[in-house]
Amino acid sequence: MKILRKPGFWLPIMLVLLLGLWPVMTDNAANREVVNSILVSVALASSLNILLGYTGYVSFGHIVFFGFGAYTGFYLMSEQGWPIYAAMIMAGLVPAVLAYLLGSAILRLRGAYFALATIGINEAARAFVKNFDPLGGSVGMQLNFQIYNDYGGAAQALWLTYYLLLGVTIVILIVSYLVRFSKFGLGLMAIRENEDAAEVMGVVAPSAKTRAYVISAFFPGIVGLLFFFKNATILPGDAFRLHLSIETIVMVMLGGAGTVLGPVLGGAGYQRLRGTLLVTPLFRNVQLVVAGVLLLTIILFIPAGVVGWLRYHVRGLRRVLE
Amino acid sequence: MILEIHDVSKNFGGLQALSDVSLSVPEGEILGLIGPNGAGKTTLFNVINGVYPPTNGRVFFQSKEVTAKKPYHLAKMGLARTHQIVQPLEELTVRENVMVGACFGKEDHGLGSARELAEEVLDFVGLGERKDQMAASLNVAQKKRLELARALAARPTLLLLDEVLAGLNPSEISAMIETVAEIREQGITIIMIEHVMHAVMNVSERVVVLDYGRLISEGTPEEVSHDPKVIEAYLGDPKLAEEIASGGQQGGGL
Repeated sequence: MKILRKPGFWLPIMLVLLLGLWPVMTDNAANREVVNSILVSVALASSLNILLGYTGYVSFGHIVFFGFGAYTGFYLMSEQGWPIYAAMIMAGLVPAVLAYLLGSAILRLRGAYFALATIGINEAARAFVKNFDPLGGSVGMQLNFQIYNDYGGAAQALWLTYYLLLGVTIVILIVSYLVRFSKFGLGLMAIRENEDAAEVMGVVAPSAKTRAYVISAFFPGIVGLLFFFKNATILPGDAFRLHLSIETIVMVMLGGAGTVLGPVLGGAGYQRLRGTLLVTPLFRNVQLVVAGVLLLTIILFIPAGVVGWLRYHVRGLRRVLE
Repeated sequence: MILEIHDVSKNFGGLQALSDVSLSVPEGEILGLIGPNGAGKTTLFNVINGVYPPTNGRVFFQSKEVTAKKPYHLAKMGLARTHQIVQPLEELTVRENVMVGACFGKEDHGLGSARELAEEVLDFVGLGERKDQMAASLNVAQKKRLELARALAARPTLLLLDEVLAGLNPSEISAMIETVAEIREQGITIIMIEHVMHAVMNVSERVVVLDYGRLISEGTPEEVSHDPKVIEAYLGDPKLAEEIASGGQQGGGL
């Protein structure tokens, strides 16, 4: 396998693995919670990057897939008694199917129109779940704590979800790399640069875009299930937070859209920043303002993000940072 | 016939960009497509390769009806084109730009063979040295060559060239004309839109003239340049046109 010798393939995976093993080595649940939130960010940002970074479509509604996957898995586990592994698969598949249907309709739109449509989807999804009683309506669903006993008690279950999240994040990074350096990925980047020219050269844009959308919707659903399984409770307002969508965009842009490593650095960096701001009295209530200012600064001064900037200015790094 | 167009019309709202244009192109020909600005030349290209569906009429490529097929269908059948206003994929390298053509064109290459083909084609058009540069960093003449390389990497049977000479200086023009002649020797049928008259007249076997969306003249370069309708279309005044035609200018001023 040629890719196993590429530093650009290993670097993001090793970074995530090292970070992920830190709480295990120290056997510390507080460290685990810190890393857990970073992994959620990295996983969401890397998934979104397949659509935003490679294909060039800005989606403000990506958190819909996170929410729907979480609700699907949560429902299957708490109401139907499914084991977590089977529920994870469905938590990925259901949003993927949803993305296929949505994508067939709204991926015809371009630029700002597509972005606006995705905001609408986010709001519609929240309103739907709020009023849909089988999923608990506006009060959401709670997990029966007995369920944790199937996984060796609550403490063990928390470690289990952590390992699963770490595994899923690494799978996302592998998929991201494979897409980036495939013929399919080349087609996506051609669409990003100039969709009309890409079609003239033979890129079947509608199907390529839909496939990219489906891939980028699959993993957030699984991450959503793990996130809410750990919380043992799910509410429409938490599952479909528009500002989480926006923060994910900031992470991708910060690290470097269209690169494999960028969302890892962006996700981790932004999550750490957010964590610090939340405990700083001055910024506690305005941490989203910082996200806004950050996004503005990136777009104005380093549109290629950290990884893009480094690749451009330090020649020797080009083979390593991808 | 590699391409047949039957009574094609195209309206944009009230504007009739093409009306009842019919045209046949035999395999291996180099056809020049000329006409004043706004005559509908680029629109005709756009209808042929599926960017716009025609309002009326039918298009056949390699004896198969392709009316209103999408550009990517035609690309996979073996039709490639360049754009009048260059459309590089700016944040990709020159090589990657050409690989897109090779990967998604007629021969459907994988990344490895597309890479080899891209380098071969880039050497042919004279961009071999710049393959690792970002496409955005090329100058206009180089971007025109990039357009050409992308189209050639698709290994087309029919190539539509939309003003590949516009904006080039005289030495670049003669280099490009040589390249076009070499492409033609590979057996690729070419339709070229061009404003640089001496180039069209020298390279084309047959010339078609459009004016206000109508096909007003068709024939060898010699015949077309003496056609009063063509002279009138370019100069606007039939009397002046006659004077020039009889004044021994032989249409050389076109």
